[in-house]
Amino acid sequence: MKRERRAGNRLFMALIFLFLYAPIFVLIVFSFNSTKSRAVWSGFSLDWYRELMQDSEILSALSTTLSVSILAALIATVAGTFAAIGFYNMRKKWSRPLITINNIPVINADIATGVSLCLLFVAACGILHFDLGYGTLLVAHITFNIPYVIMSIMPKLYQMDKHLIDAAQDLGCTWMQAFYKVVVPEIMPGIINGMLIAFTMSIDDFVISYFTAGSKVQTLSMTIYSMTRKRISPEINAVSTLLFVTVLVLLAIVNMREMQQEKAHKKALVRARQ
Amino acid sequence: MKRVRFLMLLLTAAFALSLAGCGSQDGSMSSAPAGGREVNVCSWGEYIDTDLIDQFEEETGIRVNYTTTESNETLYSLLKTGGSSYDVIVPSDYMVSRLIAEGMLEKLDYSNIPDFDQIGDDYKHMDYDPENLYSVPYTWGTTGIIYNTKMVKEKVDSWSILFDKKYKGEILMIDNPRDAMGVALMYLGYSINTTDRGELQKAYDLLRAQKPILQAYVMDQIFDKLEVGEAAMGVYYAGDFLSMKENNPDLAFVIPKEGANLFVDAMCVPKGSKNKTEGEAWINFMCSYEASLANLEYIWYGSPNTKAMNDFLAELDTEDAAVLNPSKEALAQGEMFLNLPQDILNLYDELWVRLKS
Repeated sequence: MKRERRAGNRLFMALIFLFLYAPIFVLIVFSFNSTKSRAVWSGFSLDWYRELMQDSEILSALSTTLSVSILAALIATVAGTFAAIGFYNMRKKWSRPLITINNIPVINADIATGVSLCLLFVAACGILHFDLGYGTLLVAHITFNIPYVIMSIMPKLYQMDKHLIDAAQDLGCTWMQAFYKVVVPEIMPGIINGMLIAFTMSIDDFVISYFTAGSKVQTLSMTIYSMTRKRISPEINAVSTLLFVTVLVLLAIVNMREMQQEKAHKKALVRARQ
Repeated sequence: MKRVRFLMLLLTAAFALSLAGCGSQDGSMSSAPAGGREVNVCSWGEYIDTDLIDQFEEETGIRVNYTTTESNETLYSLLKTGGSSYDVIVPSDYMVSRLIAEGMLEKLDYSNIPDFDQIGDDYKHMDYDPENLYSVPYTWGTTGIIYNTKMVKEKVDSWSILFDKKYKGEILMIDNPRDAMGVALMYLGYSINTTDRGELQKAYDLLRAQKPILQAYVMDQIFDKLEVGEAAMGVYYAGDFLSMKENNPDLAFVIPKEGANLFVDAMCVPKGSKNKTEGEAWINFMCSYEASLANLEYIWYGSPNTKAMNDFLAELDTEDAAVLNPSKEALAQGEMFLNLPQDILNLYDELWVRLKS
């Protein structure tokens, strides 16, 4: 009876993984197809990877996407961390409504955020004489990333023992030292989470980029969408495969390091007890 | 803490890499080049051999910011919003005339475009730009019926087959209002530029009746569906048929006897362009023999550059050449989309929404 159930569990899990990963698997397989088809397999080739390396349109879109996502994630993380600490130190009367306002952009439809940012930038362009482009794209991304960072840091702040900061200052820390040596390490998991969420939101974003990128730069998602008039090139499969594999390898490295560190930590503990 | 530092390191490394990547493409990071010349081009996805961009940059020293959109309507709204600063756009015929009518295009200085001489006379002074003051053609082609000869045994020569109940669930219709309504109008024997509300209503009724026997309204999914035989027939562009045929030799293309839509995509400079001379240099480069030939081999859409087109057709077998370059009679039957008055455009929107819902 028990064994049967276990077999059932495994089957169910296998099905879920199949459901989650089958599309990615198909995408990867067709990146090696020798023709442009997404449906007919006509032989193995690395042509699309070769062409990808020469396709300045896709490569520049990719580098725009990566640099915007990374910069926006970093800046939003710094800004969001300070904002969260600010909220934390405010009186409840003030911080509650402010946090609610902070959450509105998260619930708001992307299209509303995109259009309103676009209108703002167009108006500002007229007055300050600049063009929509990389700068406005970056500002837009930072704007929609900050709420996510704040949201993932706030709980960590509330979990922290309030007296830790006082204790640190009693023991001779300046306020800045207390901040760097006590507060930041305590909320670090929240900061990292926030940064990762911000990065993924940025790399995923289509709608907001679409309205704010102007006429000089383009993100990868915009390039892919514009291909639907003719046909999405298998070079997109190739670039997605490369991105997927990179992320997979990075995650594997991070997890392995963590496991090794845990092991070392345990060993040290055992040795200490002996 | 160690993990954190490691993650930071990874992120920094990734950032440095992406910056390096940017550098190698002449820095798409900076939004304005330091004193250099640039041109902002907006075209369609997969509509250029991208080697040409590098070649142009090398030859002229002008940096190209190449972006893409997916439809004429999107392009129009991008221009209207005011946030854009394009120097060259590639709208289709009817959109060119709409932009001219609304005063949104800059008159071109043809002395900066000497290679315009290489454009065939058939593609000058087209209906959308009768005096040829605003545009230089980029590509042209026709629509038609693409069908699978294994699944459709009878002779196909009319739009009527798209309305035949025998093929229920096997028919694909093109997913944009002008082209889809165009098919119905041509089948009924009306002009695709009609402004007669009665005729448009009849075309709508026909499409409404056709909807239950359709498999789907599609754009680029048509490639996959026809290549694997998931559908028997569909309406699409001649040039794209050739790339489908590579994967499925059973496919055939026909321009129906009632005529088909003839389209031209043309390069224009929108009003307010800050780099008009650079834009004209780009246009000139794109109509040269070499660029036209490279694009023909990449896009497989007809080129208005006579010599490039003839040389390309000579390499194809006669059957494929006939698809890309239909007979004069077939072309004479065909009609081009023209701009429609605003109230008819509104009617189109209304009918389309009702049809799709």
